[in-house]
Amino acid sequence: MIQIFGNFLENLFNKDNLEKAQVFGDYVERPQQDEHLTVGFSPSSIPIRKRWRNNGLSADYVANYLATFFPIKTDEPDSIDKLAEMKSAVSYIANELLENSMKYADTTTLYPITLHTQIESNKIRLFVDNSILSSQAKNFQKFIDELLHSDPDELFIRKLEENAEEENGSSSGLGFLTMINDYSAKLGWKFDIVEKESPVITVTTMVELAV
Amino acid sequence: MQVKGDNYNVWYDKNNGAINFDGALRLTGMQDYAPILKLLNEIASTEPASMILNLQGLEFLNSSGISMLSKFVIGMRKKKSVKMKILGSNSIPWQGKSLKNLQRLMPGLTLDIV
Repeated sequence: MIQIFGNFLENLFNKDNLEKAQVFGDYVERPQQDEHLTVGFSPSSIPIRKRWRNNGLSADYVANYLATFFPIKTDEPDSIDKLAEMKSAVSYIANELLENSMKYADTTTLYPITLHTQIESNKIRLFVDNSILSSQAKNFQKFIDELLHSDPDELFIRKLEENAEEENGSSSGLGFLTMINDYSAKLGWKFDIVEKESPVITVTTMVELAV
Repeated sequence: MQVKGDNYNVWYDKNNGAINFDGALRLTGMQDYAPILKLLNEIASTEPASMILNLQGLEFLNSSGISMLSKFVIGMRKKKSVKMKILGSNSIPWQGKSLKNLQRLMPGLTLDIV
């Protein structure tokens, strides 16, 4: 596993492997049958500061959209609470995924950022797909490796303590850790290369929520 | 003392010693949260007997905001004379899920979610 990780970028750029995406964690991709929604953004068209408020708007929209398909059972008094909880979880998670993608997308490429949702029986899956610089991809994979080989709860507290020591500590994956610890979400990642004029590294982050 | 933005308002109420958070906080990172952290630290530096963070009007907080609150709470562990209290709301689902982490960082903190 570690070996595969270390050689990941080299493998990714190897022409023979261009067709093979690399997958980590609980990544699931199913053919689209049920209700779904995709929202697309062009990260290079307007500056990140200007588009930032769109993250919250889009996340709330997706949460409200999914709520339509949530089974409300009028005979269950806590059904309304569960709906509010689901909307809040989706809004938080979609916002975090969009914030990450806006921060890390390689804006020199024309590769779009997409937020995609899938509903499957009692599960919701959110996918965010974006381009990423190879140096950032390396750091990201280091973090994923740490996450997959740690107790997420212990890692979360450790990251919070570390952040507090830094002057302007970046979030260091705290968004992902809150999804796992506070929302019991399952996470997975797919790294791929798309061939345009020059190869673009892409990453799709998947978050699965039980509802 | 107040930090106000398009969708949020953070202000200090002298009368009850509470710092009130309203709206939705989705700032881009620690640097953007610095003015709020500064407000909290300024009040803490006066070493009041107690300090209340009232989050009952805070509908949304992103992970950078959680990071900022954690940083503040971790700093408060050194100020043993200040009693820390966080007031949350049952009707805002994220608070029931995420605020308990602050108590884990500072076991002496009182967390009231009502």
